[in-house]
Amino acid sequence: MIPNPWLNGLVVGGAVLAVLMTLGALASWWERKFSARLQGRVGTTILGPWGILQPFADAAKMIQKEDLIPRDADRVLFYIAPLFPVTLVLGLAAVIPFAGYWADGVWHGAAMVADVDVGVLFVLALSGLMVFPLWMAGWASNNKYSLLAAMRAVAQGVSYEIPMVLAALVPVIASGKLSVTGVIAWQAEHGWIVARLPVVGFLAFVLFYLTSLAEANRIPFDIPEAESELVGGVITEYTGIKSGLFILSEYLHTLVASAVATGMFLGGGHVPGLAGLPIWAQVVISLAAMWFKTLALFVSIYWIRWSWYRFRSDQLMELCWRYLVPGGLGLVASTAVAVSLGWV
Amino acid sequence: MNLRQRDRINPHLDLDTVDAAADLMALNMGPQHPSTHGVLRIKLFLDGEVIIKAVPYPGYLHRGVEKLCERLTCVQLTPIFDKHDYVAPMTNEQALNIALERMLGVEVPRRARYMRTILAELQRLASHLLWLGTFTLDIGGTIGGGASLMMYTFREREPILDVFEMLTGARFHYNTHQVGGNRHDIPDGWAAAVKTCMDQLAARMPEYEEQCVTNSVFLMRTKGIGVIETPLALELGLTGPNLRASGVDLDLRRDAPFHAYDEIKVNVAVSNGCDTHARFEVRIAEMYESIRIVRELIDNVPEGPICSLKPVRTVNQIKLPEGKQMYTAIETPRGELGTWLIGGGAEKGACPYRLKIRPPSLHAMAALPYALVGHTVSDVVAVLGSLDPIMGEVDR
Repeated sequence: MIPNPWLNGLVVGGAVLAVLMTLGALASWWERKFSARLQGRVGTTILGPWGILQPFADAAKMIQKEDLIPRDADRVLFYIAPLFPVTLVLGLAAVIPFAGYWADGVWHGAAMVADVDVGVLFVLALSGLMVFPLWMAGWASNNKYSLLAAMRAVAQGVSYEIPMVLAALVPVIASGKLSVTGVIAWQAEHGWIVARLPVVGFLAFVLFYLTSLAEANRIPFDIPEAESELVGGVITEYTGIKSGLFILSEYLHTLVASAVATGMFLGGGHVPGLAGLPIWAQVVISLAAMWFKTLALFVSIYWIRWSWYRFRSDQLMELCWRYLVPGGLGLVASTAVAVSLGWV
Repeated sequence: MNLRQRDRINPHLDLDTVDAAADLMALNMGPQHPSTHGVLRIKLFLDGEVIIKAVPYPGYLHRGVEKLCERLTCVQLTPIFDKHDYVAPMTNEQALNIALERMLGVEVPRRARYMRTILAELQRLASHLLWLGTFTLDIGGTIGGGASLMMYTFREREPILDVFEMLTGARFHYNTHQVGGNRHDIPDGWAAAVKTCMDQLAARMPEYEEQCVTNSVFLMRTKGIGVIETPLALELGLTGPNLRASGVDLDLRRDAPFHAYDEIKVNVAVSNGCDTHARFEVRIAEMYESIRIVRELIDNVPEGPICSLKPVRTVNQIKLPEGKQMYTAIETPRGELGTWLIGGGAEKGACPYRLKIRPPSLHAMAALPYALVGHTVSDVVAVLGSLDPIMGEVDR
């Protein structure tokens, strides 16, 4: 949209950052209301209309809280660990086009911070890095629960990275593009991956969605922070805003993972009938469509969270290595065959 | 290491020394832990996440109740007994008062016995509802699906506490039983309130059961976990649902009737599964049975007096015979709650000389070292939750 990449990064980046941080905070309020409705409660009511200001009060509380560092903790790692998750997750959002428009018969991405040629690779690489802050926090805390949680987090993160990559390869192979914009442009032209590749596309979407749940530590895959077993998981020893950053990063991660899944499989901001409209109208509509799809996925993640139980860590590994990895390989192989035979 | 392996371990080993060569990690789970159902400490010796040895250390909630009983008169004891098993106070009161009545040879009027039966079954429902909620909370997570079911079961438990309040004026620590009968008679509209409450619960119970048994994760987390074989269960003195889930058909309501259980039929739920899921099944079946019993009895409460002795005026009104001793046990939601009573204590015999409580939860705790070995840290909370211990009762 804005020709100068620096200016674009500043303007769009700032906007994406502001929207995501606000939504991340609002997500915690929304989850409280949603879970309350699910459980026959009312949820937050006091602060603001329907208690909508509660997350800001929570943030103010967390900033005020005493910052405790356990004795014998690794102070340096303990300090820097909480900085990474939010940074990494916001980095993920940099390559997602939140809108788009038709120009000269080609779909262009808009409202994106950087159009990276290897956007998909960038997303997967940053997702893979998410394990590090958890391990840093778990190790530095000098707490056995944190350590167990960090062990689980690493095992889970490393294992689920593989089916996630395999699922992401399906749209990449089908479209022949490695940038998120490219994948979305291909989908705008040929149809969304979920529908364009019969069965395979849908299964790949489900696989990507499941592994995103695992990467974002959401039930049924929230083993690293299994609070009924491991007290608080890796954030057991963290207080105040440090634990707040971990919690915020999880909301953001769910949000961004939903956006990535939308871009890779649900056509991003593309909806039929946009061609021919003025560009500004296309951008507005596609922006709304993108957020609608993203938030629908986001809602379903929390719906699962509040109605399912939690796997045990060994069952989680079994599920990954026995079913998801071979399944992902099968999906990649069948996509490759379909593409080479010219069916797609 | 084979996860299914479950050799008999020797609980009398020197448990505080970790074998350095084995490279185990000792993890103190509790006493401050979100899912130890109060203040239980379990010392786990872990190889990775697999439990090599587990040692429960009860005692953090010890309040010296048995000693206290030697200084309080029989009339003063009932409210103390309310607070042992703070999830099922009604049956605790009954255990004490039946013990006193049998020692004194006091007959309880038929109306009071029917009322006690209804109250006991309602209390069983309330207690099992709380158990179901906390059990799924342990498996599903405080921030997750388990919390949803817990909210539902707590909502169902409220009307039961409301009917208790209608009868006794207290939601929880009732003090409604006394030697010879009950203190509070049934108020107007009580039967209708109980029936409404039961109808609601009977309509919703299948939903809650379904929410668990149709969930594959729930089944994966419970089946084959925490097996307590029949001989071990008998050896450790497990009672109640925990014993019946290990395949022993024993229920004091049917086998040693108290209250009005000799006049009605009690269908005892037994499972041969011996595992966490079997204990779940047995408790769910008991809840349906309790609903049936309450519905059957609520319309047939006979007329008549509710207490055979004159109302309590002074604390040392009831005197126990000197030197006489007796063991009485009733079936509470958690199992056989026994009271060993020796008469003729202080205050010229108004206090017991000795009162020993046999809490079912304490014996359930004894199964932990056997049931946990070979499983992972995640299973600790599932197995502990399925045994349904109440630490107030364990430590007294």
